[in-house]
Amino acid sequence: MAEESAPCALQMVNIEKYFGLVHALSNINMEVGRNEIVGLIGDNGAGKSTMVKILTGVHRPTSGELYVAGRKVDLDRYNVKTAHSYGIETVYQDKSLGEKQTLWRNFFVGRQITNRLGFIKVGEEKRIAREIMLNTIGFRGRGITVDSTVSKLSGGERQGVAIGRAMHFEAELIVLDEPTVALSLKEVHKVLNFVHKIKEAGKACIYISHALHDVYEVADRFIVLDRGEIVASIEKGNTTLKELDTFLLEYAHGLKDKRES
Amino acid sequence: MKRARSLIRLLGKIEGLPVAVVFVILIIAFIITAPDVFLKWRIYMSFLQTVAPPLILGLGLTLVITAGEIDLSFPATVAFAGYVFTWSFRTFGDNMDPTLAALIGLGLALIAGGFVGYINGLLVARIGVPAIMATLAAQFFWYGVTVLLAGGLQAALKTIEDNRVHSVLTGRIYGIIPDPARGRIGIPTQALWALGLAVVLWIILNRHKFGEAVMFIGDNPNVARVMGVNVETTKIQLFTLMGVIAAFAGVILTLEMRVFYPTQGQGMLLPVMAAVFIGGTSMAGGVGSIVGTFFGSYIIGSLEAGVVATGISGFWVQLVQGAVMGGSVVLNTILGRGDIAVLSDRVRQWGIPMRAASREAPSSDLGT
Repeated sequence: MAEESAPCALQMVNIEKYFGLVHALSNINMEVGRNEIVGLIGDNGAGKSTMVKILTGVHRPTSGELYVAGRKVDLDRYNVKTAHSYGIETVYQDKSLGEKQTLWRNFFVGRQITNRLGFIKVGEEKRIAREIMLNTIGFRGRGITVDSTVSKLSGGERQGVAIGRAMHFEAELIVLDEPTVALSLKEVHKVLNFVHKIKEAGKACIYISHALHDVYEVADRFIVLDRGEIVASIEKGNTTLKELDTFLLEYAHGLKDKRES
Repeated sequence: MKRARSLIRLLGKIEGLPVAVVFVILIIAFIITAPDVFLKWRIYMSFLQTVAPPLILGLGLTLVITAGEIDLSFPATVAFAGYVFTWSFRTFGDNMDPTLAALIGLGLALIAGGFVGYINGLLVARIGVPAIMATLAAQFFWYGVTVLLAGGLQAALKTIEDNRVHSVLTGRIYGIIPDPARGRIGIPTQALWALGLAVVLWIILNRHKFGEAVMFIGDNPNVARVMGVNVETTKIQLFTLMGVIAAFAGVILTLEMRVFYPTQGQGMLLPVMAAVFIGGTSMAGGVGSIVGTFFGSYIIGSLEAGVVATGISGFWVQLVQGAVMGGSVVLNTILGRGDIAVLSDRVRQWGIPMRAASREAPSSDLGT
C-alpha cells in the first residue's frame, strides 16, 4: 500500500510500549507526510519522548509496526545508526553539538570528508559548511564564521546549526525534541525560522514541545498525546491557537475531573 | 584599547604562542642572569637530551587529556618497556646481529607498551572504570611487574653504544653546531625524534578523524556518540597509542643512559602533566595543544638547570618552577580566550564561581 503515490515519511501502526508493567504507549497510530510539520504536544509524562525514542531507534516497541518512507522497518534491527541511514535525524536541546569545537567540525563529525588514510579535507569541509550556513539555514550571525566555536553561538543559533546539518545530510524526517526549552523569545523566533526552512526544503518534521504558541506557528497538524494515547489529531486549518489552547486545557481538566470522581 | 584587544585576539589564535613567549622570556632571563652558561651551546644540547623523554610522554598525554581522560601509568610503562628492551637485547644480542637484536627489542618494547595501554583502554572504555583509578592501578601493577622481572636490579647495556639503533635513536649529530673542541658537542638525535613525533601527533589531532573524535569525546561524549563517533573504540585506541608512545620514551631513556633502572620514569608523572597543562591543553577535555606541550616541556625541563646556573641557591628551584607554571597558565587563560575583557570581568566578580559568572554573560547579551 505504501509504495504507490507519495508514501508517508513515517508511519506508526498499533505501537504499544510497556516498561515493565507501566503501559507507556498504547495503540499509537499516526503518520507524518512527506513534507509535513507535525507538532507533537502533550503534558509532561504523556509519552512524547518515549514515542520519539521508538521512532529514532533508541527504544524498541513492545509490539506494532513502523514504516519509514513506506518501507516496513525490521524493529529487531532498528537502532540509532539504522535510523540515520533511513534519513531520520534528531536534534536535541543540548546534546547535538560539541561546544568547544569549531562549526565546520561540528557539521562533519562522524561523517568527515577524508582521503583514504582518514585525513580530513579541511578546505572542502569548510567550504561546504559555509554553504550550509548561508544557503540552507540562512545564517547571518554577527561575526560568526565556520571557524567560530559553538560556545560563541546563542541557543537559537546552535539549534540552527544542528538543523542545517541534518538537512545537509539529506534527512527526510527531522525530529526536534523540545528545541526551544530555555531560550529567550528572540532565540525561539530564530529556531522557528529554521523549522520553516525544513518545510521549504520539502522535508518532514516532528516538532515536540509544550510551548503551544511555538508549535502552532510552524506545524501543519497537531497530534495531542495524553497518558500514552493519541487523543486528537487536528489540522491547523480547522483550529485557531485559542481553540487549540482551550481544547488542551479542557482536556486536561476533563481528565483531572474524571480521576477525582 | 580596541587595537590592543584585536591584537590579543589575533595572538590568541596562534597555537601555543603564550607558552612559547614564556619560554623565550625565560631563556632571555637566564642569558642575563647566567651568561656564562646560557651563551654557550652546551646547555642547550643538554636540554635537547634531557627533555626528549618527558616531551615524548607529554605529547602522548596531550591527546589523552584532550579526550577528557588521564593516564597515570606512563611512568611504569617507561620502566616496563625499558626492561623489555634490555632483556631482549641481552638475550638475543649474543646469538645474532646486535642491530637486529636491538630492533627486536625496540619492537617488543613498543608492543609491551601498547599492551599496557590496551588493558587501560579496556578497563576505561569497556568496563567503565574511571581512568584515574584504572591507570593508577596500572601504574602500581606494571611497576611491580618490572621490579619483579628485573629482580630489583639495574642492568647495563654494555655494547649498545656501537649499536646502530643506539646511534639512530640517541646518537649525536656533529658538525652543525660550532664546536671548538671537535666531537664534543652534537645535537642529540632523540630531540629530532621528539620533534618528529610532535609533528605527526599535531597532524593526527588536528587533521585526522581520529583526532577529531578525540576532541569531541573530550568535549561531550554523548554528542560524540549521537554523531556517530565510536567512543569506546576510540578510547581504547587512544590508550594503546599512549602506551606505545610511553614505551618509546622508555627505550630512548634506556638507550641514552645505556643502563636500565627499574625506577626509570618514576618522578616524571607530575612534570609531564605540568608541561601539558601549561601548554594550554584543557583539563576539562575537548581542547589540546601539541605546540603548547612542546614548549611547556622545554620550560619545565630548562627551569631546574637554569635556576641552578644563575648561581642562586638550589633551594629556589621549586619556588621558581611553581611561579613560572602559575604565570604560564594565567597567560594561557587570558590569551586563549582572545579577550582581555574576560579577565577583568573575572577579577570584578572575584569569588563568584566561574560557571555562574560565565552563564550570566549571554543572558545580559540577549536582554539588549
